[in-house]
Amino acid sequence: MHVSALPASVTDSASDTLTDPMLSSLDGVRVSYAGSVAALDEVSLLFARGEQVAIIGPSGAGKTTLLHTLGCAIRPTAGRVRVLGRDPWAMPYKALHRLRSELFIAPQSPPLPPRQRVVNAVLAGRVPQWTTWNALKSLLHPLDAGAAHHALAHFRVEDKLFLRCDRLSGGERQRVGLARLLVSKARLLLLDEPVSALDPVLAKGALETLQQEAFARGATLVVGLHAVDLALARFARLIGLRSGRVAFDLPRAKVTDALLAQLYGAELGVAFQEPPSTDDARLKVIRCL
Amino acid sequence: MSTVVRSVGPAPASLRDPSGPARIAWTIAAILILIPAAWLAEFNPATLMGEASLRATGQFLATFFPPALGLDFLELVARAAWKTVAIATVGTTLAVLIAIPFALIANRQLSVSALAEERMCFSCAAVRTGVRWLLIALRTVPEIVWALLFVRAVGLGDAAGVIAIALTYGGMLGKVYMEILESNDARTTRALLVNGASRMQALLYGTLPVCLPELVSYTVYRWECAIRASVIMGFVGAGGLGMQMELSLKMFAGGEVLTMLAVFVALVWFADLVSAALRRWLG
Repeated sequence: MHVSALPASVTDSASDTLTDPMLSSLDGVRVSYAGSVAALDEVSLLFARGEQVAIIGPSGAGKTTLLHTLGCAIRPTAGRVRVLGRDPWAMPYKALHRLRSELFIAPQSPPLPPRQRVVNAVLAGRVPQWTTWNALKSLLHPLDAGAAHHALAHFRVEDKLFLRCDRLSGGERQRVGLARLLVSKARLLLLDEPVSALDPVLAKGALETLQQEAFARGATLVVGLHAVDLALARFARLIGLRSGRVAFDLPRAKVTDALLAQLYGAELGVAFQEPPSTDDARLKVIRCL
Repeated sequence: MSTVVRSVGPAPASLRDPSGPARIAWTIAAILILIPAAWLAEFNPATLMGEASLRATGQFLATFFPPALGLDFLELVARAAWKTVAIATVGTTLAVLIAIPFALIANRQLSVSALAEERMCFSCAAVRTGVRWLLIALRTVPEIVWALLFVRAVGLGDAAGVIAIALTYGGMLGKVYMEILESNDARTTRALLVNGASRMQALLYGTLPVCLPELVSYTVYRWECAIRASVIMGFVGAGGLGMQMELSLKMFAGGEVLTMLAVFVALVWFADLVSAALRRWLG
């Protein structure tokens, strides 16, 4: 599978983003859960409309919290959040909930009800655009089975359309969750480990599909990734997160092996008594983390 | 997933289960509460097996044979049984209609205001607490007390039984629906809510696919209980098989009682079949 070149507008520097009315940003954001250390601390980031960004970092670095904060699912303890140009926590809660239908958070393991059929699990991504009455009707007879089939076909699971979700393998479930994103109308896509259960070929293909879709609808795409090689191969901008803080926020070309080793540093130290000496070996270790 | 092997850190100071003492304490407390409770309830297996009670029970049971099988009586029983089923069915249907909105209002998992913050808004919490109290009030009053009340209000007959079942069972179903819906994996509904789905939509696409069989099966079980309850309420004049059974008991017509008990077993068995069929279908 070839790596499609990203359009120039996506790779542009953030110079003109400040004036973008659809800017999403975090400004000095801290998130602390009751009775534990801050999951995010002093995080300031800008995401321009249509930008595609990968967030990498060791487990527990705060990738999920960052995505959920950007998706109005967590209210920050301190600092300011802008989502698609708006301040979610200054809005009346009905307006906030309407804003939520313009963004899509894809959790790492898609929580699909086991008895639900795949077609309904996918169309659940369109439900926010429907009236409750239509949502009910669609349960009796799918309103847009064609859209669900089309979305599933992008991830090569269209033959599962009328199966129950508990008949799916882990990788198939993950792809059904991604198909849900395709039928949504969201303009800010926040994906948490979207391809963690897929083999390398499928993972690359799925990520490519998601990026093309985001580009086609002019949506901002922020992806939390464990696979550093995939992040380097497919994203023009990488954000390194460590212990809830931004370790680096750089274009792909400036992300050096040294930076990566530093990002995952403690993990390597714990994993091995003697750190491997050659760069090649170190990169391999990073890839399997 | 990481495949590297981590070196083991320093061992914790103590490997003792921190919740162990609490578990032992609660077990002892439960036993200490049960013993005086059995004493208070005057539960003594010896009295049940005493000579006098065995003789009295035996004499009563002896009048049960043979069962009454006269054609006129069977017709009467059939009509009464049909009435009992009708009371139970209408009562349970009304109870479901009472329970559904309350269960939805009180469900914390579907709260949009509690989505991103640790507390939900004050007025939302107040409404939910109010609904919980209302459901408690509805089911605290036993159906037979409601029946006695409504026999005075609407007169002897089936209507009193229907209303009594609707109120008590509305409270019970509301509570159990609420608990079944809240026992669902919260991540399924949360994933929909954070992407902008409304409360009802999250219920339809996140909760119901998981909970529907359990809801239906519990409702059918309650319908079975309602059949039993409508028999009991017949004793206070709320119509159906119970009214007939009370007459027969008063006249010491044991054979008639046995026939009605047999019909009764058949009814419950039938309810069980319906429940099993529905579960298979929704499976």
